[in-house]
Amino acid sequence: MILMQHQDLPSDYFPMVIQFIVALGFIVTTMVATHLLGPKRKSKIKLESFECGIESQGNARIPFSIKYFLVAILFVLFDVEVIFMYPWAVNFKELSWNGFYEMLVFMGLLLVGFLYVLKKGILKWEK
Amino acid sequence: MSDSTVQVAEAPPGVEGAGFFATSLDSLVGLARANSLWPLPFATSCCGIEFMSTMASHYDIGRFGAERLSFSARQADVLMVMGTIAKKMAPVLRQVYEQMAEPRWVLSVGACASSGGIFDTYSVLQGIDHIIPVDVYVPGCPPRPEQIIDGVLNIQKLVGEESLRRRNSPEYKQLLASYGIE
Repeated sequence: MILMQHQDLPSDYFPMVIQFIVALGFIVTTMVATHLLGPKRKSKIKLESFECGIESQGNARIPFSIKYFLVAILFVLFDVEVIFMYPWAVNFKELSWNGFYEMLVFMGLLLVGFLYVLKKGILKWEK
Repeated sequence: MSDSTVQVAEAPPGVEGAGFFATSLDSLVGLARANSLWPLPFATSCCGIEFMSTMASHYDIGRFGAERLSFSARQADVLMVMGTIAKKMAPVLRQVYEQMAEPRWVLSVGACASSGGIFDTYSVLQGIDHIIPVDVYVPGCPPRPEQIIDGVLNIQKLVGEESLRRRNSPEYKQLLASYGIE
């Protein structure tokens, strides 16, 4: 009995290369064809950003206070903290004191962070 | 449940043989476009309520391939203007029309959009065809959903029969120029 020995040759992967070329070629051809064939109109009004027909005022890329970002990130942080507490509360009895201490450590770490935030004055909006 | 039957769109005239079917690109593109219209609803008053009914399950405009509303002008094919267009709203409507991608069609639903309707006053635009070209008018105050569907079907007929060269033709350019649209 002859044992068929299977060998992976680099040439075995050639169909994949062809498939890749066909896939890429299809995308490129379609995009070029639609750009050439489709009717289009490139007036100034057409190319403006679409604001439901209302004229756009100014630029979207204006500088605004970093506080928005910090407050949003802090919200997400403490929001997630509360979410973590739900499964802990559900399994409170099974986790017993061990789980309680673990939660204390977790809350303590975040509390230190919270004190740091307070100390830095990030929540003082007017500053 | 109801014994509904799926009706397939009729094939355009062409040459048929064993295993092939040849037709003009115009009618093929027209067939595809007409049966997959994406409407952009511009509903300002009670005709808009009739439009909601047209979209909903009872009348179901999805039966005609137009259930996918496009709230961006960029992807829409048909601008459906439904309701009273005040003169202050006119530039907004015009901007929306101008920002639509070609090819584009306009369906004017109801007496107000078509002619100002009962609002023969200083503040109301006396028909949207004063500011943008309209393809199909639907009469009524407000029109019933059946009438709106009839309007959509008429748009489909226009779309299906439109030549691919129409948007580049001097007539079309002249039409847009008469509205002052670049």
